[in-house]
Amino acid sequence: MKRLKPFFLLAVVLLVLPLVFPDNYYVTVIGVTAGLNAILAISLNLLMGYAGQISLGHAAFFGIGAYVSAILTTRYGWNPWPAMLVGMTMTSAIAFAIARPILRLKGHYLAMATLGLGIIVHIFLVQEDDFTGGPDGMGDIPVLSVFGWQVDTDLRWYFVIVIILLLVLWLALNIISSRSGRALRALHGSEVAAEMMGIDTTATKSGVFVLAALIAALAGSLFAHQQSFISPDSFGFFFSLQLVTMVVLGSMGSNYGAILGAIILTYLPAMLVVFEDYEVMLFGAILMLVMIFLPQGLLFGIQNLLQRLRHRKQQQKLPGQGLEGRG
Amino acid sequence: MSAGSATSVCALRYTVDFCSEGEVCMADQILQFLLTGITVGATYALVALGFSIIFNASDVINFAQGEFVMIGAMATVALSANYGLPMWLAVICAVLITICVGLLLQRFAIAPAHNASVITTIIITIGASIFLRGVALLVWGKDIFSMPPISGEEPIHLGQATLLPQNLWIIGGTLVMVLGVHIFFNHTTHGKAILACSCNRMAAHLAGIPVGLMMLVAYGLSAFLGAMAGILIAPITFTSYDAGIMLGLKGFSAAVLGGMGNPMGAVAGGLLLGLIESLSAGLISSGYKDAIGFLILLLVLFLRPNGLFSKAATDRV
Repeated sequence: MKRLKPFFLLAVVLLVLPLVFPDNYYVTVIGVTAGLNAILAISLNLLMGYAGQISLGHAAFFGIGAYVSAILTTRYGWNPWPAMLVGMTMTSAIAFAIARPILRLKGHYLAMATLGLGIIVHIFLVQEDDFTGGPDGMGDIPVLSVFGWQVDTDLRWYFVIVIILLLVLWLALNIISSRSGRALRALHGSEVAAEMMGIDTTATKSGVFVLAALIAALAGSLFAHQQSFISPDSFGFFFSLQLVTMVVLGSMGSNYGAILGAIILTYLPAMLVVFEDYEVMLFGAILMLVMIFLPQGLLFGIQNLLQRLRHRKQQQKLPGQGLEGRG
Repeated sequence: MSAGSATSVCALRYTVDFCSEGEVCMADQILQFLLTGITVGATYALVALGFSIIFNASDVINFAQGEFVMIGAMATVALSANYGLPMWLAVICAVLITICVGLLLQRFAIAPAHNASVITTIIITIGASIFLRGVALLVWGKDIFSMPPISGEEPIHLGQATLLPQNLWIIGGTLVMVLGVHIFFNHTTHGKAILACSCNRMAAHLAGIPVGLMMLVAYGLSAFLGAMAGILIAPITFTSYDAGIMLGLKGFSAAVLGGMGNPMGAVAGGLLLGLIESLSAGLISSGYKDAIGFLILLLVLFLRPNGLFSKAATDRV
């Protein structure tokens, strides 16, 4: 249970926050976006942080999920829930089909291949306007409802997203400390060594790839219903890069780090808006500086700093011993 | 021919309409696509070469490479239009500015993080590219700028296909620079020193090579190539503060296609990518040309996981 202490702490904070600030724009509106981003960052972190496989095309899976939901509900009048399931199934199938050839690649080649994949999906969404509405996007996507309870206000969306975020986090935490989680981390350390230990590295890698895609598709469906309007812009190369940035900025290889990164990258632009023309420049500068000075990311970086401070304090408390040692 | 090839840039359309014997027409069309492809490919090649040099020297994938291209073009336009500098002086100043940006990037963003992982340095360069784009937005605004071509706009006819003088400048300029880089890396002490740094930094240091200085040279050279690519292509494609994103991506793709860290492979990859795009835009669908380019790239990677022109990679266990 001790392992899950931060989880329960986070759950309480996230669920109590809107009760304290019920109509706060930064909590219920941007909070929903931050929550969706956090779900995506957790899924990408499973792939990048634990399995060590970089992906610069994660937004593609997010987009496929969103568009399948949008097309099935608006053009064919489906109920959102089965549409969401179909979206997740389809995305997993696509991910499964490409996982083996793509995960044979390593390092920069893998980065390039996933980037290409993301761009191909984006171009497809723009070009197939009979299906996707093209660059203008699709509107009038119906809201979700749970047993007649319509998710139609910002506050309700906040709770739905937070609960799903917590479920995804719970899943990710459990996977990491399970047998397959250990296999993943072994694989990150050294693929050859993992194979020597009897781990089926190909199956493990493609498994986590499919899982990450599936979670991203879930986030995509939620995004489509929450926004009620989607366009290819939300699923482009830039968003894939942002997702990678969230994972790395937060601290790669930590689920809480992924959430932290998602929260910061969602709120930072919203805060920087006040600087108007300087916004883009400041955003780039902050990103650069954090990564230069805390190359392990914020979460691990701050943890290290705190540890060093504590260490220094302990040394100050015992000045006599230090002198004796020297004498 | 006389009526068909009007003075407009889109002479291609005319030749298609006026031609009746299908065979010849197709050949002319393909010639036109090849010419366009080589021109575009030449700029990709320059950007890819820049990627490759930095990757070789420091193991960093510089996502700000496209920004060098943008700064080169934008600074030239701004200096010649706003400050009334003659074109040649504006070009020299713009190239110098871009080289300075490259040196600053190395000194203040890449060098301090030399122990960071590959992915961290990628994020640093992404941050740098956003920062540079932000600065460009601040200085030059969101407008789209055009640049006069180096020597006139009178098209040159090659059979039924046409070519702008600027295309020749691009192809010729690329050729000269690629040769220059080739000679630099293979026949000069400094070039070989940079290659030595890329092979083994520690050994290079022990052999008395100033590693830090060599890194600066590599980034400066890379920025120079980017700026030249931007200046050469700007008269054809226009330029704006965000013009570097797509070119950077294409350059990266070309470098990977050729085999990361192989400069001449990167050049070949650039030309190949330009040709693929131009042919697929003409023969299949212009909307899907980028997708087809990336699709072929994926297929190449599936078949040859280390790019087209790389030696078989060996894993260190």
